[in-house]
This record gives sequence, structure tokens and C-alpha cells, in this order.
Amino acid sequence: MFSAKNMKYLTGPFSANNPVIVQILGICSALAVTVQLKPAIVMGLSVMVVTAFSNLVMSLLRNGIPSRIRIIVQLVVIAALVIVVDQILKAFVYEVSKQLSVYVGLIITNCIVMGRVEAFALGNKPWPAFLDGIGNGLGYGMILVIVAFFRELFGSGSLFGFRIIPESWYLAEGGFYSNCGLMLFPPMALIIVGCIIWIHRSINKDLQEK
Amino acid sequence: MAARKFVDKIKPTFSKGGKLGFLESTFDAFETFLFVPNTTTVRGAHIRDCNDMKRTMSMVIIALLPALFFGFYNVGYQHSLSIGVEQGFWADFWFGFLKVLPIIVVSYVVGLGIEFAVAQMRGHEVNEGFLVTGLLIPMVMPVDVPLWMVALGTAFAVIFGKEVFGGTGMNVFNPALMARAFVFFAYTPQMSGASVWIAGLGKGEGVVDGFSGATCLDYLAKDGTLGNFSPCDAFLGFIPGSIGETSTLAILIGAAILLFVGVASWRTMVSVFVGGLAMGYFFELLGVTAYPAWWHLVIGGFAFGAVFMATDPVTSSQTNAGKYIVGFMTGAIAIMIRVINPAYPEGMMLSILFMNALTPLIDYFVVERNIKRRQNRVKLAK
Repeated sequence: MFSAKNMKYLTGPFSANNPVIVQILGICSALAVTVQLKPAIVMGLSVMVVTAFSNLVMSLLRNGIPSRIRIIVQLVVIAALVIVVDQILKAFVYEVSKQLSVYVGLIITNCIVMGRVEAFALGNKPWPAFLDGIGNGLGYGMILVIVAFFRELFGSGSLFGFRIIPESWYLAEGGFYSNCGLMLFPPMALIIVGCIIWIHRSINKDLQEK
Repeated sequence: MAARKFVDKIKPTFSKGGKLGFLESTFDAFETFLFVPNTTTVRGAHIRDCNDMKRTMSMVIIALLPALFFGFYNVGYQHSLSIGVEQGFWADFWFGFLKVLPIIVVSYVVGLGIEFAVAQMRGHEVNEGFLVTGLLIPMVMPVDVPLWMVALGTAFAVIFGKEVFGGTGMNVFNPALMARAFVFFAYTPQMSGASVWIAGLGKGEGVVDGFSGATCLDYLAKDGTLGNFSPCDAFLGFIPGSIGETSTLAILIGAAILLFVGVASWRTMVSVFVGGLAMGYFFELLGVTAYPAWWHLVIGGFAFGAVFMATDPVTSSQTNAGKYIVGFMTGAIAIMIRVINPAYPEGMMLSILFMNALTPLIDYFVVERNIKRRQNRVKLAK
């Protein structure tokens, strides 16, 4: 059950096969929901749940679906899971759900979910597919948390809403500091993702393109 | 020649295999800075010209000096106006010099520091490209900008505007404008509004009652006038604004130097002015604006952008037809942003950056069209 091979499905997407910084999937939502840490974490968890269970369900169904209609079946499964996640968020963490707005619904269009179903779940047994889904969701969430950490710290001067940079440092209070407004815009998130890719590839030399 | 001898003596230490061999690029940069390098190209076709990059960059620096010196004076002059004291020419100049010098130093130290480090890491020679960028950055900043913002903007421009693309000559966007754009969007309150353009106005100490530091652009966007300034003031440069951009006259002197030594392209320069004027008259005819269209050319950063930014040999168009198109659109879009977009009283920075992005595409189509035309000619001859 937790053999070395299975564990590789789980841990592979953390670094060497990371969905965001290696496969370059799910960039869009990574730019949209990472202004603050809290929504980024909730978004990462939601995507993980959807990837994991859509992988599981599609892997169970994989032998029963004619290949010609598999996309529509995948969509039904993913859409159903996204609606469940959306309702749960609305019920238990309403504030965060409001912040995430349409991006929870847009998990259905997240390339990672469908990409893993197409590439992995349709050709593998349920348990490895489930682990692969969890791994990819975590890999995605990890990047989101890193990006959101820098954006919230330098863009708002806080983490999880708690003030980190003291009030007295700010120009308005007679100090010298000012929040970087560019951090609140998506372009800066893209640059941060670029920097993560830069650092990641300088460590893992085998990922560098010739 | 004692210096030459000294350099020759310590050279082996800094060459490959020497004790400080890892500092080779840095050593090379200082050696070529002090002495003319005697390396010659030995094979392959190459252009014979006395103009190397160092000389080209020095020419641009010389062309920037009139605008810079006027900037020094104007910083002091505007400050004297705001506190209501007559100070005399040299006192104003000295005040401005002391205000602007730290910005120049910060921009050079940060930018060159990163350039040297990157060249060292890659084993390249250190390029002279930053000499001009390092002076352009202070000239497009408001005088009261905090120094650490200049440092951050410079670092951003050099790393993400230049080095990630491969260094000098490879950048898509004008690095000096990247620095300004970064600071503008990241720290908007320190880069726009009515109180940042005159030294000391933000703190409000000793400022004359009712004195406004709003620029001509602010007035133009608000009520279609130049405020208390005449177009002549704007042409000569006695208006608040970024350090180097205010005097159209000084910029035109710089333009004359650039054109005389053949560094910048007159095609780009002229077509930027034509584009701006055409768009200005277009709005005037439509009745969107009630002031004369040529006002646009003498206020704000229009002239500075047209002469020193749009003509940047790296990011500007490489083909002659492309230069006309890019120049015209740069001017036209700048005026369009000024007139139509209420959030940005000045549009020159955005329009130049925007056209920088489109330039390779325009060049591509110009070259393709040329190829097609020549092919047709061959067909007709047959």
C-alpha cells in the first residue's frame, strides 16, 4: 500500500514533477488567489481534494467508459466535486469563500485536474491514482503558499492578516517604509513564480532545457 | 605611464589561474575603463568604425548633461519658489545638486554592483550599457523619491529588465523605464500627485501658503490649462516635474548632440513628435481638448522620452520603416493616454514600454514585406 513505488507518486509532484513550476499548469489561479496566505492555503486544499477524488473516481470508472466520451464524463465528475467543495467552503469558511469568489468554481478549468485524470488516472489503478492526485494537489498548494507568503508580506506587511512590519515604519507614520503595491497585482506574482522556477532549476540541473 | 606599469604588474593575479582569478571580469572592466584595449578582431567580416560601445555610451552621457544640469538648477529654483525665498542661481544649482547627487549615486552603485556580479558569475566582460541607464533612472524620478525605492527599482530593472534576457543589448524593454515603471506601480503615492515633484514640499516645512506643486500635466488633465505656467515656461523648463524632464530646450540641445554624432535615429525622434502632434490635433478637432495640441510636446516627459528613451538603439526598431511606425505610435499612444485615461496624467512611459513590446513584431513585418517586394522584382525581371 505504501510501497516505494506508490510513495513516489505522492512525493514526485513536490519537486521534480511539480505541476506549477515544472509542468507549468494552473498558473492562472496561482496568480489570482495568492494576494494573501489564507485564501491561498484554502485554494490549495480545495484543488487537492478535487484532484485526488476525481483521479480516484475516474480510475475506478476507467474500464467502463468508451474512449470517445471520456472527456464529458471527466467533466461531470470534476464539476460535481467542485460544487461539493464550493458548498463546503461556503458553509464553513464563508469569508474565505467570498475572497476566492469565482476561482473555486474555476477549479473545473484548472489544467492540473484534467491533466492528471487524462495522463494518469485513466491508465492506473485507483490507489496510485488517488496518491498521485494528493501529490499534485499538494505540489500546487505548496507553490501557492510560497507565492502568497511573499505577496502578503511585502504587499500588505502582514501574514495571515497579522501585522509583521511594525506600523511605525511606514511613511505615513513618519517612518521610511512603504508597502510594495506591485505585489498586489498579478504581474508580480508571475515574476515570483518565475523566480521560483529559476531557483528550482538551478538546483535541479537535469530539468534545464538545452 | 606608471599606472600602465602597475596594471600590467597586477594583471597576472587577476587572470585565469591567478590568485584572484575569479575577479577577472571586474579587473577587465577597470582596465578597459582606464586604457584603450588593444585587442583587434583577427578574422571574419567586420565593420571598421572608431565607435565602440564605450564611446557611444559616453556620447549619450554628454547629450544628457544639459538636461541634467538644468535639472539641478530647476530643483533648487522650484524649492526656492515653494518657500518664497529668492536664492540666486548658484545657490539654487547647489541645492539641486545636493538633492540629486544621492539618487545618481544610489542608481549607479546598485546597478553597477549587480552588473559586475552577474558578469562575474557568467564570466562575461562587464558591459558599458549601464552607464547611460544609471543616469537616466535619476532623471526620470521625482526629486523627493526615497532612495531605497530608487535602489529597488534599479535592481528590478537590471535583473528582470535586462539580465534575465541575457544582458546588455538583449533587453526587450528600456531598463530605465522599467525602473520607473516598477517604482511607479509599486509605490504610487511617492511617484505621483502634487507634492512629490518639489524638494521638501511633501514635509511642508516653510512652504508658502496656498502653494501648489501640481505639474502642468495635472492641470491639463484637470481643467485643460497649464496652471500658473506659460507654454514658454514649460519650453524652458521652469516647471515642476521629474528631475531631468522639465526643460524641452535642454533636451533639444541633447538631441542635437545625439543626431550630430549619429548615435540616435532622427527618424524615431521626428516621428514621435509627429505622432504626438497628430494625436493632439485629432483630439482638438474632435473637441475633446480645448487647448492647443502642441502644448503636449513641451510639458511632462514627452520630449525626454522622445529623445532619450524611444531612440534607445536596443529596444527601438531596427528597420527604417519600422522606426517611423514605432515612433509615430509611441507619440500617438502617449497623448491618447494623457487625454483619455484619467488615472495617468502622463502617458509617455507606458506608451514607450508598450511599443517596446510591439517593436520586434513590427520589424518582422517590415522585413517580410521587403523580401516579398524584392521577390516580385525578380519575377518581373524574368
